[in-house]
Amino acid sequence: MLSIETQQENQHYILQPKGEIDASNSVQLDESIRSLAEKGAKSILVDGSAIDYISSAGLGVFMSYLEDFQEQGITLKIFSLSPRVLEVFQILGLDQLIPIFPEKEAALNA
Amino acid sequence: MEHTIQLICQTTALSELRKFLDKNLSQIMLSEKDKHQVTLAVEEVCANLIIHSHHCNGSDHILLNLRQEDGRLIFEIKDKGKAFNLLDYKAPDLKTVISEKRKGGLGLILVKKIMDEIEFESQGGTNTCRLIKFFGS
Repeated sequence: MLSIETQQENQHYILQPKGEIDASNSVQLDESIRSLAEKGAKSILVDGSAIDYISSAGLGVFMSYLEDFQEQGITLKIFSLSPRVLEVFQILGLDQLIPIFPEKEAALNA
Repeated sequence: MEHTIQLICQTTALSELRKFLDKNLSQIMLSEKDKHQVTLAVEEVCANLIIHSHHCNGSDHILLNLRQEDGRLIFEIKDKGKAFNLLDYKAPDLKTVISEKRKGGLGLILVKKIMDEIEFESQGGTNTCRLIKFFGS
């Protein structure tokens, strides 16, 4: 099960996926990120504190926006990942490509 | 220790797969980190078969057998779809995944990084992929 909540804080859009992200539902994450970008968001922060599990299908969603967002001047940051979810990013070296922060404040101030 | 589950070829079966692994891996002296990683690797292979070999056809099935043999955990995945030999698959590098905006391609890189050995055979229309993880010693 996956649910995604979005809220706006000043110029930042904070997206919070809750549950497990796998090949059956990663399209929800994709749609949420795409709709924020289409709305004109320039700063998207993903609150990872309630992500219980992520497979490559979820990682692939983040990866697929890297180049476009760079061209469009949109920043995508992730914060508060649990150690085991963070580890999946690290196995692939994605933590070197996507800015990941231990907590929200650090992500907002970076 | 030996356990088997049959999964229908739909991505919704992946959560059932994780529950099966969570339950049965709890009996094994494996660190939480390794349990999570092998779960991820097995799911990646099954998701790949479900989506690419079986096109999410709910009337097709995958059979997963989990067993423990002499410090090795063996995950044997059998299906009757189009043979996909993981050993022949050249995983894309990350730059290619990014530049082609591919949402796939990362899963099998994970499998190769996590598992200690991978075997594949196809015989009489049945494909068998064995993912092996060494543990304890």
